[in-house]
Order: sequence, then structure tokens, then C-alpha cells
Amino acid sequence: MRARKSVVLAAIATLGAGLLAGCADDGGDEGGSGSSGGEGKTTITLGLFGTMGFKEAGLYDEYMKLHPDITIKENVTERNENYYPALVNHLTTNSGLMDIQAVEVGNIAEVAQTQGAKLLDLSKYGKESDYLEWKWKQAATPDGQTIGLGTDVGPMAICYRKDLFEKAGLPTDREEVGALWAGDWEKFVDAGRDYQKNAPSGTTFMDSPGGLLQAILSSETERFYDSSGEVIYKTNPAVKAAFDLTAAAAEDGLVGNQTQFQPAWDTTIANSKFAAMSCPPWMLGYIKGKSKPDAAGKWDVAAAPKSGNWGGSFLAVPKSGKNAEEAAKLAAWLTAPEQQAKLFKVQGNFPSTPPAYEMPEVKTAKNDMTGDAPIGEIFAEAAKDAPVQVIGPKDQIIQQGLTDNGVILVAQGKSAKEAWDTAVKTIDNNLDQ
Amino acid sequence: MTTGHDTAAAPPAKEGGAAPARPSAGAPVSDQERRRRARLSRRWQRDMRWSPYAFVSPFFLLFLAFGLFPLVYTGWASLHQVELTAPTDMNWVGLRNYTRIFDDDFFWNAARNTLTIGVISTVPQLLMALGLAHILNYKLRASTFYRVVMLAPYATSIAAASLVFVLLFGRDYGMINWALGAVGIDNIDWQNDKWPSQIAVSTIVIWRWTGYNALIYLAAMQAIPQDLYESAALDGANRWQQFLHVTLPSLRPTILFTVVVSTIGASQVFGEPLLFDANKGASGGSQHQFQTLGLYLYEQGWVNQHLGRASAIAWTMFLILIVIGIVNYVISRRLRASS
Repeated sequence: MRARKSVVLAAIATLGAGLLAGCADDGGDEGGSGSSGGEGKTTITLGLFGTMGFKEAGLYDEYMKLHPDITIKENVTERNENYYPALVNHLTTNSGLMDIQAVEVGNIAEVAQTQGAKLLDLSKYGKESDYLEWKWKQAATPDGQTIGLGTDVGPMAICYRKDLFEKAGLPTDREEVGALWAGDWEKFVDAGRDYQKNAPSGTTFMDSPGGLLQAILSSETERFYDSSGEVIYKTNPAVKAAFDLTAAAAEDGLVGNQTQFQPAWDTTIANSKFAAMSCPPWMLGYIKGKSKPDAAGKWDVAAAPKSGNWGGSFLAVPKSGKNAEEAAKLAAWLTAPEQQAKLFKVQGNFPSTPPAYEMPEVKTAKNDMTGDAPIGEIFAEAAKDAPVQVIGPKDQIIQQGLTDNGVILVAQGKSAKEAWDTAVKTIDNNLDQ
Repeated sequence: MTTGHDTAAAPPAKEGGAAPARPSAGAPVSDQERRRRARLSRRWQRDMRWSPYAFVSPFFLLFLAFGLFPLVYTGWASLHQVELTAPTDMNWVGLRNYTRIFDDDFFWNAARNTLTIGVISTVPQLLMALGLAHILNYKLRASTFYRVVMLAPYATSIAAASLVFVLLFGRDYGMINWALGAVGIDNIDWQNDKWPSQIAVSTIVIWRWTGYNALIYLAAMQAIPQDLYESAALDGANRWQQFLHVTLPSLRPTILFTVVVSTIGASQVFGEPLLFDANKGASGGSQHQFQTLGLYLYEQGWVNQHLGRASAIAWTMFLILIVIGIVNYVISRRLRASS
């Protein structure tokens, strides 16, 4: 009797201790702010999305070599659509945060305006003069703090297929191609009409209506918000003009009828179904991933009619982290020109820091897909020319509405007016609180 | 666990009754001993009265934390204008979030889609499940193998399955259109046309749940006494007549159960349309042509970050489900009364 009881009690005690220990372990990671690693080390955690490539470029290892008392761990979510809502939740509840959190450019305005108070001012860690002016400004809070340091940018050029251009009777030299449409998107669409006259069968001039709309809009200074923060997408003539130009291109069959980054769209890359696309540096990596081997070297890069920016991210540091100070130093180091240049060499993420453009990694850069095109110089030019764009908290939702509930419908046979009305109705409902 | 007496077999203690201790051997009981017994008896009564509650409490505590509290909080949030970016920053708006639902075209569009997708996925699914179960009910070779195969779709993740279906239903490079093309039918735009897209979404649902329901039917069929069939056969009923007049009436409660469960499932369809969307958004196609209520709720809450609006949609869905439940209950009562 007694012996049995004590055995049972002992078992319960062990179980209980185990459970408690389990809780304690979890509790240590709760809040995510680096628990101290072993041997008196500080662990810094990064919450990232997509392929930011710090690890792949060996930057963590390098930093840990320079700072033996630091350990770096990353936690990567594949898609920003899943990453961002979780980040907002963690920020508003102040739990589950990593020491460093990445923020996509489409979300940076919302984070800066609504969560600025929870994030560290990084202006004394990063050197403002190192970064592109417009990139630095994007992460500014209303009270003038800088809550994010730019990791990369997406300066836009036009990637085009030399072989298809030649068959359609267009020039193939990148200077001449750029001259076809310099300064005006209308000219770009006209070039598309010329292409379509003698186009190789089954091909379109451009990949998708979404890609064209994105390109035109990203070269505008004011898109969806004015400088006072009012939503103006419905009344801004630039937006309507971009929409109508894209719709006209879609009606005339100059663009494919796929949605970007979908399996079917990937197939159009593999099957060489279009001749040109708006193309930030990271797109080259995407093209390479989806192309057949024989497409290597058939692409070239020309300047876009007007420079713009598509994509790029920031690193932000929540104040609540235990190692906020150390994390801020790491964020500044990761986004410094030297590291960004290395990252570009390995991952193709284009630096947001002009000093990096003079470094050999960028200056002499070439890409398998584009043969001997000096892509580093072309993109650096575009990055310097990109406008200081007014961005707003719901940019992404408005852009998505105009694309996925708007111009794509024209490619599917609806009228431009119907597409615009559908987009506006959808966006207004999405913005309405 | 040893506790001197077996509660399971003990008669329930009456008020003030003592524990069924072993009868004493008539020896005079000392005061101390009597007090000890009284104490034990009191403890035993308390044990009898409160233990059951302690045993079921884990469920109720979890339900309070993860079921009831969110329900009430959502109700509270639905009376406010509140954004996900600042959930503590609530503006009281009363019933505005509910009244606006009445003229929210997107909500009613989602409600209609939920209904149509529900019908075109549930009805064929249950009919096919009945047929499959009936076939498997006969002696077959390798019947266990078939039963396992039928449950395989249910065990697959929705995400993986939906991605495969997206490829199959591709407009330009999909296998289904390729097969239709082989018999001379033009490419169908499974993504962007209303009915094809709803049929495609329903196909994913049907694929996933048919086997599951078939197994439930099969279990019920196995419980039907064999002599009913034998006497029916003696009366000259063929297999089809046996199915109609023996199997179906005996399955009535089971069919009702699957109808209720499938209806609830259909009103909450979410994963399939989310993953079927080519835009990887939550708008259920570029014209919301296959956006279900669950998807609309998700879009308002997590994509557009309108916590208040999303909460009102959630509560409205909850009320609709309760109405469906009551209707189901009434119908089943009627059926039971008529049988």
C-alpha cells in the first residue's frame, strides 16, 4: 500500500516537474527577445520573410566572427501576406517579437504611422548619408524618428528578349531600345503596338497587365495618398491615366492575361510567351528560376521610360526586446554599404546605399540571363532617379485592388470602365473601417 | 491509485450517511476512533460531491478560455470601430457594423456563394458517399484496402490538395482543359468565370469529404441486421429494391447526422477558396466570384485589418448557423414523428 502510494506520488512529482520545466522553457522563448545563449552569449533573433539572404550570403557568420559574444538566429516566413498580419499582432500585443523584424516597403508606412512608438529610433545607428534619400524617408514616423533601415531596393528597368524583339523588327541594342520609349509610358505602349504588328505567334509584348500598371505607378511621385495623408487614388489623374493606359494595352492584346507570380504565369516565362517585363533586380533571379536553360543570355536590360521602385524591405527593432541595443547595431551592420554589396553579389538584392554602387561587387555585376549587360550600372542609375514617392498605410491594398480586381479583368474581356468600377468598389470597401 | 474504498461500487452516500466502512466487530469504539471516522466520512462525502466536477473541469476551463471568452470578446468588438493595428483603441459605434451588413454587396455576394458552393458540394458528395458505402458493403476482395483509400483524401492537407487542383484547373496549361480539348470542348476559364470557379472549388470539397462520409454510412450499414435483407430477398426484392426499402430507412438517422455536419462544414468553407485564388489574395477571385463568408470574414479581419467589421460578420455567421441548426432540428423532429 504505502510503497505503491509513494511510487505514484513520485511519478506525479516527476511529471509535474517535467511539465513545469516545459512551461519554463517555453516561457523563456515567449516574447522572442533573445534569451541568453550558453556561455554568456547574447542571442539575437531576426524575423524575416521571403528570401532576404543574409544567412545565404554568410553575413551572420561574419558578424559572429567579429563579435564572439553574439549568436544570431533567424526565423523566416515564406510569404509576406502571412508574415505581416502576425507582425502587426505581435507589435500591438508586445509579445512574440523577435529582436529584429523585417518590414516590406508596402507595409512600412503603416508600421511607421501606427506602431512607431513601439520601435527603436535607428537614426543614431545607421548613417543617413549612406542611404538613398527616398529610402531613408520611407521609414520616418510622423514625429521624425527613423524606425527602419533599408535592406534593399527594387529600382526598375525593362527586361526584354533580344531574340523576340529582333523577330518583331524592333531594335535590340539596349541604348536604342531605351530610346524607343524614353521619358513616356505612352511611348512604351506604342512600342508594344509596333511589336504586336509582327510579333512571333503566340507571344505578347508584355507579361501581364499587373506588371505594367505596377511599373507606371511606381514611377509617380504621388499615387494613392497625397502628402497630407489623404487617400486620393480615385481623384488622382496620374492613377486614372496609368489605369487607362494599361487597360488600353490589355484591350489591344499587348499584355498577357495572367496574374504575376502564379504557376500559369511562370509557365509563360518558361515558354517565352512575352518579350518584355518591368524588372527590378530581384526579378532577374525569378526569371532564372522559371526559365528553361536555353533562355540564358537571351535577355537584356534597358532603362525604363521613367525610373521607379518596386519592392525592397527594412529592418526594424522593437523597443521591448531584451537586446534592443545589440540588435540595432546588427541591423545597422547588415544594411551598411559593404554588406549590401556582398548580399547583391550572392542574392541579387539591390543595395539601398549609393556608396555600394561604386564597389566592384555592384559596379562590374553581370547576370547569367542578361549576358554582358552591365546590370549594376543600369540599376544604380534607376535607383538614383527614382522619385521620392509619397507612400501611405494602405498602399498595398489599393495596388492589389487596382491589379487583381481591376486591370486583370480587361485582359479577360471586360471593358475598362467595368474594371475600374469593380476595382474602386472593392478598394473602397476594403479601406472602409 | 489506492483509496481504501472503491467509489464505483459504493452506494451513493445519503445526506449525513457514513462511509460504508467495514462493520466493526462490536468492540466499543473509542472517542478518538469515532471522530476519526466522522472526519473520514465527511471527507468522503465532499469527495463524492465535488470530484466529478473536478474531473470534467479541464474541458470547461479550456472552453472558457478558448471558446466562450473569444465569443464574448468578438461580440464586444463588433460594437466598435476597431483596427487590428490598435486593438485596444476602440470607438463605440453601436450596431453600425451590423446595419451596414444589410447593404454590403460583398457580404451578400459571399453569402450567395457560400450557399451555392454548399449545395453543389454537399449534395453530390453525400449521394456519392451513399453509393460508395453501398458497394463496399458487399463482400469484396481487398475491402480494407478500399476503405483506407477512401479515407486518404480526408487525411491529406487542404493546402497540398488545393495547390494540385489549381494546377489541374489551370486555364491555359491545366490538365482538365487539356482533356476537355481532346474531346473538342473549348478551354474553360476555371478561375475567372463564376460557375466554373464554384464548381472547381466544390470539386476540392467533394474530393476531400466523400470518403469520410462514405465510411460513416458504411459503419451504419454494417449495423443493419442481415435477416432484414434475407427476408426482403425471400419476398423477391432485387438489390436496388433492398437498398431503397431496407438500407435507406435504416440509415435515416445517420443521413441526418451527415447532412447537419456537412451543412455546418459547408457554411464555413474557407481553405479551398482561399488557396484556389490565383491572386493569392482573400477576395475569392478578381470579381469575388467564389468568395465565401469565411473568406470574407478573413479578408476583413486579417487583410484589411478591420477587427470590428470582421467581428460583426463572425457574429452574423454564428446567428445564421444557429438558424440553420434550428431548421435542421425541426425537420428531423418531423421526420422522426412521421416514421
